[in-house]
Amino acid sequence: MSDPRPTVAVMPSWLVIERVVRSHWSLSARSERDAGAVLLALWADDRRDLGEGYLLRAAYLGASRLRVIELALDEAAPAFPSLAEIYPAAGCMERTVGDLMGLQADAADSRAWLRHAGWPADYLPLRHDTERVARFAAQAEDYAFVRVEGDGVHEIAVGPVHAGTIEPGHFRFSVVGEKVLRLEQRLGYVHKGIEQRFSQMDLQDGQRLAARVSGDTAVAYSWAYCLALEQLCGTSVPQRAAQLRAVLLERERIANHLGDLGALGNDAGFGFGLTQFSLLKERLLRANAHVYGARYPMDGIVPGGVAADLSIAQIERLREQGMVLEAAVVELRAIYDEHAGVQDRFVTTGRMSPELAQRLGVVGLAARASGSPRDLRSDLALAPYAALGVQVAGSVQGDVAARVAVRFDEVMESLRLCDLLLQNLAGGAVRTDLGTAATQQLGIGLVEGWRGPVLVALEAVADGRIRRCHPHDPSWQNWPALEHAIIGNIVPDFPLINKSFNLSYSGQDL
Amino acid sequence: MLDILKRIVKTGIVSEPQLKLADLLDERDALHAEIAGILGRALAIRQVDAGSCNGCELEINALNNPVYNIEGAGIRFVASPRHADLLLVTGPVAKNMEIALKRTYDATPDPKFVVAVGDCGCDGGIFGESYASCGRVSNVIPVDAEVPGCPPAPAQILRGILSALAKPRT
Repeated sequence: MSDPRPTVAVMPSWLVIERVVRSHWSLSARSERDAGAVLLALWADDRRDLGEGYLLRAAYLGASRLRVIELALDEAAPAFPSLAEIYPAAGCMERTVGDLMGLQADAADSRAWLRHAGWPADYLPLRHDTERVARFAAQAEDYAFVRVEGDGVHEIAVGPVHAGTIEPGHFRFSVVGEKVLRLEQRLGYVHKGIEQRFSQMDLQDGQRLAARVSGDTAVAYSWAYCLALEQLCGTSVPQRAAQLRAVLLERERIANHLGDLGALGNDAGFGFGLTQFSLLKERLLRANAHVYGARYPMDGIVPGGVAADLSIAQIERLREQGMVLEAAVVELRAIYDEHAGVQDRFVTTGRMSPELAQRLGVVGLAARASGSPRDLRSDLALAPYAALGVQVAGSVQGDVAARVAVRFDEVMESLRLCDLLLQNLAGGAVRTDLGTAATQQLGIGLVEGWRGPVLVALEAVADGRIRRCHPHDPSWQNWPALEHAIIGNIVPDFPLINKSFNLSYSGQDL
Repeated sequence: MLDILKRIVKTGIVSEPQLKLADLLDERDALHAEIAGILGRALAIRQVDAGSCNGCELEINALNNPVYNIEGAGIRFVASPRHADLLLVTGPVAKNMEIALKRTYDATPDPKFVVAVGDCGCDGGIFGESYASCGRVSNVIPVDAEVPGCPPAPAQILRGILSALAKPRT
């Protein structure tokens, strides 16, 4: 009675997990890169309690599969080969492994990334034997920015508190006149210890924290977390639940894209756009409040399914709103497209070429605007997307105009998907029992959020608690791309270019 | 151009009447007198994200949409704490933002008000206190009013702002 059979996690067909020897850590990265895969996440686990030292993991996303490569690190000498030469985005992830787990990469850049001066370097929050109640006095920090020298070069320092209602971060511009020679970002200001917090929670509650890794991507994180947990439990949710999850995800995508399209118009000096799109977004949120009981249904997706079913009247309301929204977006798109002043600001601004995007390993919306037609909804086509035939938006121009066009296309596609889902909802339950989660196994959830692929890697311990949870935001890949996209542009175009990427601070600061 | 005008006419005036917003409060007239008494006519707000998940920022931004139209009520968001009467702070206060938040507070001229927004700003929320989180905003700077919610709706945030102003000053 007290010892039920251990659960065996069902490994999905798209997931491969392999352990390699040290010399193959970099080799495998190289072969993944040559095969066109992107480095999606890199994180470490403390396994000294299991007598396994530390475990370093890298997840590579190919066209139709995710490969997780594991490298065991000796407890005594926990240094590892850097992948930053192969995947530039690895740099900040490796520095984070150093900050939080105390494992150092043999990279040229060994500056702390998420650790500022808020806690001492020898406090390693993700090690199991680290004191959880430790508190430290804040200190001012002197970060070694890269200096650009030359005739007439000067620096502009911006942040962490920005001029608008946005998240905090520091941007250091090196400029000549108006032209940007170099941008260096300093992030980590909103690091609030999410990963340590996860390992103090039980598996059920973890969903709520996952939904708050980056509030604007709450649905995608919730879903990814639940997928990881359901994988560990060997459970799959009823079809109706998967469909309702997708409706929530697509509505999150529409809401964010509408907000961005308005803000991008505004940053190009077209206040009309902000007024119109923010009104459309407000109406969408009010419909959410009416149907889901919350303008932002952050906890609409729960382990095992969704929090609530939709009535026929609610389904009709959502479908009707979708039609009204579609007509308005078509009309506004024509206005944006034909507005010479707006197009003048959008076209050629902040260009990231397809070659650059590929070299940097950019993902998601920004990659699709630069010639990489990757979208998990189509590539992995997990339930319920397989049946929907998702049309992936794309452009090869890579400028602000391209990122605007991709948003317009994606809004239209998401409206189509929502309608299709709501029209063809399966009958039956919207939630199922989870059962017991397997231990000593890795569960991976992958969801195409509105910015790009969101990954949640989850491990459980026997008493229903979280051993380790690593949430990964696509912003990790795309922040370094913004540093490149701004080069050669003028400083006043930075807000526009930045908004066209609209990356998450909280999602990468953790 | 014609299309833009057509769209504007078709949209019409969507702002909800100020009266309806003020309905949120019983003592509307007293409150308006209070605002005028303390600040003159307008209220300038500086928003500070001290560590939020960015959910609260979405709703604070919504206050600027044409439905709430707070600029029409004489409330606007400004780019510097030096121009502000009130700080609208979301949390939990990240350890890495503690100094920046204190400096922002110090840079705000007196008399100043602070409103903590969201469950995390009020009590640390799901993140609580840790090596990296100072928890609630009032652990770091004095707070006049708190607006719970995850995230709180724009009308609730507005109510919180007005209640901070209505509070008797010592």
